[in-house]
Amino acid sequence: MRRLGLRVIALGYLAVLLAIPVGLVFYRTFEHGLGAVWDSVTTPAAIHAFWLTLEIAAIAVPLNTAFGVLTALALVRGRWRGKALVEAIIDLPFAVSPVVIGLALILVYGRGGWLDTGVQIIFAVPGMVLATIFVSLPFVVREVAPVLREIGDEQEQAAATLGANARQTFLRVTLPSIRWGIAYGVVLSTARAIGEFGAVSVVSGKIAGQTETLTLLVDKRFSNFDLAGAYAASALLAVIALATLLAMTLIKPRKEPA
Amino acid sequence: MITATDITKRFGDFEALHGVSLEIPSGSLTALLGPSGSGKSTLLRVIAGLEVPDSGSVVIDGRDATGLPPQRRGIGFVFQHYAAFKHMTVRENVAFGLRVRKRPKAEIDSRVTELLGIVGLGGYGDRYPSQLSGGQRQRMALARALAVEPSVLLLDEPFGALDAKVRAELRAWLRRLHDEVHVTTVLVTHDQEEAMDVADRIAVLNDGDIEQVGAPRDLYERPANGFVMGFLGPVTRLGSELVRPHDVKIAPLPEPGSSEAQVTRVVHLGFEVRVELELADGSQARVQLTKAEADELELAAGDIVHVRTVGGRARISA
Repeated sequence: MRRLGLRVIALGYLAVLLAIPVGLVFYRTFEHGLGAVWDSVTTPAAIHAFWLTLEIAAIAVPLNTAFGVLTALALVRGRWRGKALVEAIIDLPFAVSPVVIGLALILVYGRGGWLDTGVQIIFAVPGMVLATIFVSLPFVVREVAPVLREIGDEQEQAAATLGANARQTFLRVTLPSIRWGIAYGVVLSTARAIGEFGAVSVVSGKIAGQTETLTLLVDKRFSNFDLAGAYAASALLAVIALATLLAMTLIKPRKEPA
Repeated sequence: MITATDITKRFGDFEALHGVSLEIPSGSLTALLGPSGSGKSTLLRVIAGLEVPDSGSVVIDGRDATGLPPQRRGIGFVFQHYAAFKHMTVRENVAFGLRVRKRPKAEIDSRVTELLGIVGLGGYGDRYPSQLSGGQRQRMALARALAVEPSVLLLDEPFGALDAKVRAELRAWLRRLHDEVHVTTVLVTHDQEEAMDVADRIAVLNDGDIEQVGAPRDLYERPANGFVMGFLGPVTRLGSELVRPHDVKIAPLPEPGSSEAQVTRVVHLGFEVRVELELADGSQARVQLTKAEADELELAAGDIVHVRTVGGRARISA
C-alpha cells in the first residue's frame, strides 16, 4: 500500500510538471492537422532558425566535449595549485543566470568592450556560439569527472607498466572506460545548447533570418500572438531533443561488460 | 639484479621511506614484508617507476632507472585489485603489452595462447574480467605482466583481495611458476606466513626503514631485533629475554638455569597445547608444547613447574 502511494506521488509529480505540459504542446500543435504545422515549420525564417540552432550546437558541443574531457582529466588526475578554484569556476555557468551571461559577453566583446577587435561578435552568430559554449560548459566535465574518479588510476598505471605511452593509455584504456560518461555529457550539452534562450537572446539581436534560433523564433511568434506557430516551433525543438536522447539509447549497448 | 640506494619518499608531511637501501639478486623471489604503513608498497612502486623518490637511485640490471618512466624499465607489475582492463576480453588484456609494442599479430596470438595455458585460463580467452573469479582475474593479470617478458616482476599484495583458500593455492602456484620462469620477482605482503612460504629472501620493513634482510629461516631463528622477531612469529617473554614459545622447556623439577613458575591455564588446540604461566616476578609467559609433551607432563592450572629456554635460537634480551 505504501509502495503504491509513493509510486502515485512520484508519477503524479512527473505527469503534472513534465508529461502534461510537453504532451499539450504536441496536442495543440497537431490539433488543426499536419498541413498547418508543416507550413509553419517550413517558412524561410523557421528553416533558417532550425539550421542555425543545429549549427551553433555543432560548434559548441564538440568544443565543450574536448575541453570537458581535458579538464576532467586535469581535475581528477592532476596535482596542481589552484585546482579547488578551477573546480568552483567550472560550475559558474550553472550558478549564473543566462541573461547575466549574455550581458557579460556584451561587456567583453561588444562595441567598446574589453576585447572589441572590430570583428562583429555581438549581435552575430559568433556571439551566440560563445553564449552557448558558456552555458553548456560544465556538463561534460561534471559527467566525466566522477567516472574517472570511480575507475581510479590503476588501469592507467597498469598500461604504463606494460609499455603504453600517454597517448596509447588514453586512447586504449581511459577513453573506453569513460565513453558513457562522455556520451551522457554530450547529450546533456546538446539538449542545453539547443534549448538555450536567455544568454543567446541577449547577444543575438534577434535579426530574423540571420540570428534567430528556434527558441528565439518560439518566443517571437508567441509575443506576436501566433500561438499555432509557436507551438509548431516548440514541437520541432522537442523532436530534436527526443532524437538526441533516442540516439544515445540506440548506441548504448543494453548490457555493459562492466 | 635490482639495487635501490638511499631511497627517500615523502607524501606531504609523512615520510614513507627514510633512506632505504636494498639489493635484490637476479632470479630470486624476494618478499617485502611489513605492517601497513611500513613503506613496503612505496618501495615497490619506486622500483616500478610509479612513484618518483625524493632522493636515492634505482638500478635495474646494471642500468640506472631512477629517471626512467615505468614504460621503459622492463618490468611487469601486478596490482592488489588486479587493475584488469574491464572493457577488454581476457585475451585482449594479456595481449595489451604486445599490441602497444606493435608486434606481429600471429606472434601475439601464439604468445597469448601460450600464456593463458600457463596460467590455466585456456578456455577463458573470450570472457570479460567481470566474468572471472578473483583468483582467475589475478592469474590473468600475471599473464598480462609476463607477456612482455619483463626482467623484473613486481607484485603488490597480489593475493590480498582473495579468500584464504584461493590465496594458498595461488601462492603455491606462484612458487612453481617462479621455479619455471626464473624471473626476478619482488612480492609485497603483510602476511609473514605468505612471505615464509613463497619467498627465498625476505626484507622486513618497519616505519620506513628496512629492519633486516635474509632467508626466511635466518630471520625466524636469528632476528636482528624484537620487531623482526615479533613480526615473523609468536614471541613470549621469559625473565629478561624474548623467546619463541616453542623454545621453552617445562620440567616438574628444578634444572640448571631454570626458574619457578605457576601454571595459570592449559589450552588444548589439537596438536598444539598452549600453557600460560605466571613467573616468580609476576610476569606472564606463554609456552607452546606438542600434545605428546603436554600429555607426559600432565599439567593443570595451579601446578608449580620449572622453565628454561632451549634450542638457543631466536633470543633477544628485552
